[in-house]
Amino acid sequence: MTMLHIVNKSPFEKTTLDSCLCYAQEGSAVLLIEDGVYAALQGTSVSEKMRDALETLKVYVLEPDLRTRGMDQSKLLNGVELVDYGGFVDLTVAHDIVQSWL
Amino acid sequence: MTDETMLEGEGEYSGGVVKKFLYVNRRAPYGSIYALESLEVVLIGAAFEQDVSLLFLDDGVFQLKKGQDTAMSDMKNFSPTYRALEMYDVEKLYADKESLEQRGMTEDDLIVPVEVLSRDEIKDLMAQQDVVLSF
Repeated sequence: MTMLHIVNKSPFEKTTLDSCLCYAQEGSAVLLIEDGVYAALQGTSVSEKMRDALETLKVYVLEPDLRTRGMDQSKLLNGVELVDYGGFVDLTVAHDIVQSWL
Repeated sequence: MTDETMLEGEGEYSGGVVKKFLYVNRRAPYGSIYALESLEVVLIGAAFEQDVSLLFLDDGVFQLKKGQDTAMSDMKNFSPTYRALEMYDVEKLYADKESLEQRGMTEDDLIVPVEVLSRDEIKDLMAQQDVVLSF
């Protein structure tokens, strides 16, 4: 069974990302949307944690939400993949279970 | 009303008490309504010719990120409003140094010039106010 984890909260304000990373199985996918996109940036206080996570998890970022917040691909950690709304749909179809961490 | 306040009455509102208002912005934009609502209330304070300061703290510093582009998400991009604050005589903008650093940001990332303050300086700023509103 493959799982897609969706995180929509800022990692600087909430513990949602931490919980997700604790319980996500190796090989799972994490999609960062809304304020969750801030977790994918280089040079922040959570970058190190995300670099570790990227060794065992696939990490995707919703591009419309990233651009809305004034960021783009050049600011992302290596290994993070951008998806658009169509890509979001494809991810939900490609995984057996979708867990939205609220 | 004294003669002095009458003379100052060029604007919409005159003769009232002027208080020092600090608006503390701690939320990222777009993920919640706080950032946009804060701007609305700041403009009301400015319309009543109050002594307005804005402080950007924690995720609030993301409100000032340059280059916000809502074309793909189809949301309302309200970031140009921060540049318009000057026209309402809202010129005292402050950002927390540590909040910027934790988020990998520098002054160059910001859409408007701000004064970057240390935690100790922010303590003093807060202590000088008559009213503090948190968003």
